[in-house]
Amino acid sequence: MSELVTRTAAQLAAAMQAGEVSAVEVAQAHLDRIDATDDRTGAWLAMMGEDALQAAADVDARRARGDALGPLAGIPVAVKDIMCTRGTTTTAGSRMLEHFVPPYDATVVTRLRDADGIILGKTNMDEFAMGSSTENSAFKNTRNPWDLDRIPGGSSGGSAAAVAAYQAPISIGTDTGGSIRQPASVTGTVGIKPTYGRASRYGMIAFASSLDQAGTFGRTVHDAAAGLEAICGHDPRDSTSIPDPMTSYTEGLDRGVEGLRVGVVKEFMGEGSEPGVKAAISHSIERLAALGAEIVEVELPHADYGLPAYYLIAPSEASANLSRYDGVRYGLRVEGETTHEMMANTRAKGFGPEVKRRIMIGTYALSAGYFDAYYGQAQKVRTLIIRDFQAAFDRADVLVGATCPTVAFPLGDKTADPLAMYLNDVYAVPASLAGLPAMSLPVGFDEVSPQDDGRRGLPVGLQLVGPLLGEHVMLRTAAALEADLDLDLTPRGHNALETP
Amino acid sequence: MALTDDDVRHVARLAQLALTEEEISDLGPQLVTILAYAEKVGEVAAADVPPTSHAYPLSNVFRDDDVVGSPMAPGDVVANAPDEQDVQFRVPKLMGDSA
Repeated sequence: MSELVTRTAAQLAAAMQAGEVSAVEVAQAHLDRIDATDDRTGAWLAMMGEDALQAAADVDARRARGDALGPLAGIPVAVKDIMCTRGTTTTAGSRMLEHFVPPYDATVVTRLRDADGIILGKTNMDEFAMGSSTENSAFKNTRNPWDLDRIPGGSSGGSAAAVAAYQAPISIGTDTGGSIRQPASVTGTVGIKPTYGRASRYGMIAFASSLDQAGTFGRTVHDAAAGLEAICGHDPRDSTSIPDPMTSYTEGLDRGVEGLRVGVVKEFMGEGSEPGVKAAISHSIERLAALGAEIVEVELPHADYGLPAYYLIAPSEASANLSRYDGVRYGLRVEGETTHEMMANTRAKGFGPEVKRRIMIGTYALSAGYFDAYYGQAQKVRTLIIRDFQAAFDRADVLVGATCPTVAFPLGDKTADPLAMYLNDVYAVPASLAGLPAMSLPVGFDEVSPQDDGRRGLPVGLQLVGPLLGEHVMLRTAAALEADLDLDLTPRGHNALETP
Repeated sequence: MALTDDDVRHVARLAQLALTEEEISDLGPQLVTILAYAEKVGEVAAADVPPTSHAYPLSNVFRDDDVVGSPMAPGDVVANAPDEQDVQFRVPKLMGDSA
């Protein structure tokens, strides 16, 4: 049944509905694929196989009885290890929470269960979602299925790699400053972050609360949108949750782009972009024009200030959020003579280098005498960036540009230089600061070998940004381009993971 | 800007991090590099620009003062505690013997 894993969620749903295959068979096929390949991908931190098979059997039984089933009935889903799962360890990629077993489910997890999705397990990530390569995980590296010596992006690298490796058709990630879009871009998957406040943060381990937002990965726009539709919606347990009624993300995806104004963001095609990235992005914009979209050039004059502002806002909020890890109520404890000593020892042992670095930046930026110069100024830049986007959306219905400046880079390439690592997210961060829905769509490859030896280059992602609550226009544009490009997104090449 | 080892120690104390001497000497230059980059925000953030704390405009979010769902059992609340006694979190002494 190994070919089952190559099907999309939509195809699996249709096959299960038609009685051609059971939810148990679908779940087992994906668990087998994980078993056979995760020694190389390293995408998973905890498996929930037994629960998954039980949930799948339950879906099959209810289907046989003719009961109503949820929209994700029998579809396997991978969940980033930042979402609390009752009874299953939730580590956020940190030694601090290595043995933490949440007593409750995150709302996103509850919604997946209510939709009858089958949660296979928890995926690897940069510690507390701080990173762009998943190399900051305290436990292990995750490898890119396109080239096992390269990074899968981060911080949701495990969720991206799992979908690219055919270990799950849909996965859940979180995006604070690009942590869904950048891994999607470098693994040739679709990754969507909705409008800030659309997916509940209840039970999602906090990094930077004014930016953190859950979203989805899939191998098609439809699959990722179907997952997103299941997890989004108002939650009274998150005071930043948007109360407006939901609209469908999956209906009308085939409406095309005829007459849509597509704004090409000049700043998202910057000097630092690799030529292969620029070429793939330019080609996709030509295709959008050929499909009937009106292409306009737009500017975000303050985009260059987005990353500096982000590296004040996110660490500041993180330094406050992570103060809860003090060895008292949960997580690691390292003993000390006094409570204060115990707390300082616990935090020194439990946090990795990048987390310590960000706590230090944030603590410094918020400390007496520096607040106005750092955090205060960064919040003003946030206003300027929001105004830039508002002006751009006066002229365009949806914005496009590169998701990140490069394709997947080799493991270890940027671990010694924090700032170089941060620059990965230079195009992703502005939409996060403005709370806008944004996504990455695979649109091409960085090179094709003249020898035609099967190496097709590494995937390049196009970033699409919609206006507040404008998920649909963004998804519809992505779906039109996806259908037109009709790319084969099976990882292959000299050092790729084997196909199922 | 520059950060001395003592500056780094001060921030580490505020952050409740018991850093090693090696970490302290490594972090100084790293923080300087990152903060120097971040300081660029000062180039454009003018006095007449209001700050934004949240991108989506929601304020004064209230809910009914009711218990939602069933409350967590006390045993579950302390289940992850490193040290616990009689459903309470146990910590080392807060003050010295002579205090």
